[in-house]
Amino acid sequence: MEKDEGRESAEVRLDDPWYDALASGWGELNEAGSGVPAAVPAQKSPEPGRSAADIYLEVQASAAFQEVRSRYRRFVVPAALAFLAWYVAYVVTATTAPGFMARPVAGAVNVAMVAGLGQFLTTFLLTWAYARHARLRRDRAALDLRWDTQELTRGITR
Amino acid sequence: MSSDHQTLALLLFSAFIAVTLAITTWVSRNRHGSAEEFYAGGRLFSPMENGFAIAGDYMSAASFLGISGLIALFGYDGMLYSVGFLVAWLVVLLLVAELVRNCGRFTLADVVAARMSERPVRIAAGTSSVTVSVLYLVAQMVGAGSLVSLLLGGNSGASQVFAVIGVGALMVVYVTLGGMRATTWIQIVKAVLLMAGAITLTVLVLVRFHGNFNLLLNTAADRSGHGVKFLSPGLKYGGDWTARFDFISLGLALVLGTAGLPHILSRFYTVPTARAARRSVVWSIGLIGAFYLMTIVLGFGAAALVGSDAVRKSNAAGNTAVPLLAMDLGGGAGSTGGTVLFAVVAAIAFATILAVVAGITLASSASVAHDLYASLKRRHAKQHSEVAVARVAAAGIGAVAIALGLLAKDMNVAFLVGLAFAVAASANLPVLLYSLFWRNFTTRGAVWSVYGGLVPAIVLVLLSPVVSGSPESLFPGMDFQFFPLQNPGLVSIPLGFLAGWLGTVTSAEPADAARHAETEVRSLTGAGAV
Repeated sequence: MEKDEGRESAEVRLDDPWYDALASGWGELNEAGSGVPAAVPAQKSPEPGRSAADIYLEVQASAAFQEVRSRYRRFVVPAALAFLAWYVAYVVTATTAPGFMARPVAGAVNVAMVAGLGQFLTTFLLTWAYARHARLRRDRAALDLRWDTQELTRGITR
Repeated sequence: MSSDHQTLALLLFSAFIAVTLAITTWVSRNRHGSAEEFYAGGRLFSPMENGFAIAGDYMSAASFLGISGLIALFGYDGMLYSVGFLVAWLVVLLLVAELVRNCGRFTLADVVAARMSERPVRIAAGTSSVTVSVLYLVAQMVGAGSLVSLLLGGNSGASQVFAVIGVGALMVVYVTLGGMRATTWIQIVKAVLLMAGAITLTVLVLVRFHGNFNLLLNTAADRSGHGVKFLSPGLKYGGDWTARFDFISLGLALVLGTAGLPHILSRFYTVPTARAARRSVVWSIGLIGAFYLMTIVLGFGAAALVGSDAVRKSNAAGNTAVPLLAMDLGGGAGSTGGTVLFAVVAAIAFATILAVVAGITLASSASVAHDLYASLKRRHAKQHSEVAVARVAAAGIGAVAIALGLLAKDMNVAFLVGLAFAVAASANLPVLLYSLFWRNFTTRGAVWSVYGGLVPAIVLVLLSPVVSGSPESLFPGMDFQFFPLQNPGLVSIPLGFLAGWLGTVTSAEPADAARHAETEVRSLTGAGAV
């Protein structure tokens, strides 16, 4: 699964050596990402006299940015809490309840071995799920916001 | 150990050194010494290259030799390390990698200083980054010393001293001449070598047991002398409650420390975008996960084929389990196959240490030049270019690490690594997470959270049985032990988070909403990223 993910990224890289243009997942992305409101800054023409701080505050308040941020947080916060809880539970059980961990499951494989290999498996699964979620649900919208924001701040910062 | 091993191993060491020096001169030809080039290698590495380099930066000799050795001696309890070292990458992937890539330039302090008053924050974050790096560096140097003297047979102090000085001198050469570009390529070469070596040995072990994992576990349990207990937790950390809390403390430090290691954070700046940073972490999780799964097979394989007693006789800490296993798999002592495999494993372990120390030296020289020197220099002092300062700093850090490595050469490597992770988790992680995710975080909160994690972590170690009060301590004759645990993480990590919160709520000035907006927008979209 990790290898697949990696191979896929390698293929993507062939198409876009360094830049962020999304070379894969367009179809799925348009489907999944269609709910993103148009980036707010694009609707306004840059007014003279605005500072970079105003622009960043405005982008932060825009619906497009709020959507990207909530998509990120809605995935990351529960996922992080879940795997930390699962890891701490594993470490605490291994140190406080060795009797339970020693119960045989199949042959020489016991609960401890299953739990340890389960940690590996869940790490791989969560990595895959996160990379997929970010690629399909966040990258496109974030990239649009990036160009719009840079367009607005260009005259000010440089 | 016969002289055949030594000759062949020395030849392979020399070949690796020659290749890496050639890489260093090749990549640094026609390069002007800009900071972008020196700290970040031009930022144009691909995700796959960076993924291999991250894996090469992270998988130290302590993992390759130390964890397999622990499994060979204590069975399941050694496996707990493998799990912790891998799961830690989820913190990096989910919470840190992309955001840090988007809002920083070269160091951890860049991210925090973006929304705080720059000088105090840079000094604090720079100090803690250098502290973590030096601790980790000393661990690797001590490992290099004992490894080389073990593998080359000379158990005298002299070979250890030469190994520490030699490794220190080489890493300074790599870093000062080649910067991030050379360091990255050395790490990639090392990651490929290490994976190839681990895959070869794993396949040989599995072939020996006809692919029957069950048989491997049963044989390991039989030959360990512990029976079934060998396959379940408790042999090493199952004693009294102090040992158990110590392990929980270590487990927390491992999983939270990785995201605060300066040399890991600096690797994300070598790719052009956050998306590329994410893909490099996905690559490295694949590589690191596969590697730690293989260390489990190698550890149980060493117990089953070499036997725990034979491993313990060669080195009480188990560090020689994998080389001994390689010799057995190649056909036993005295055979050509055994000699070759043994020498290859020794050379890979040596390459591992060199690549890791180069990465840490580079990251800490960046902290010294980019954070500390830039903040502390007198305003009208003569202008030196930052890169020149970083080169001098790398040499200075090399000298400090050699000196400390020689002083600490009898300390346990795994403990030193655990300590570096605990300090990183207590001092660096809280400030990083707060500045990325907490709207109201202030300058005072940032400074307090760095020192509030750093100082307790160091003080608790000084008061722990590691330093005094027990026969294995650094100063066995004295007794000012007060804190029972060897690893401070269980106490100092919460203190770091608590201090950051306390500093923020007691701040006189409120957080700057505009700069928070800038950090948040930049971190999630990549706007304005360099």
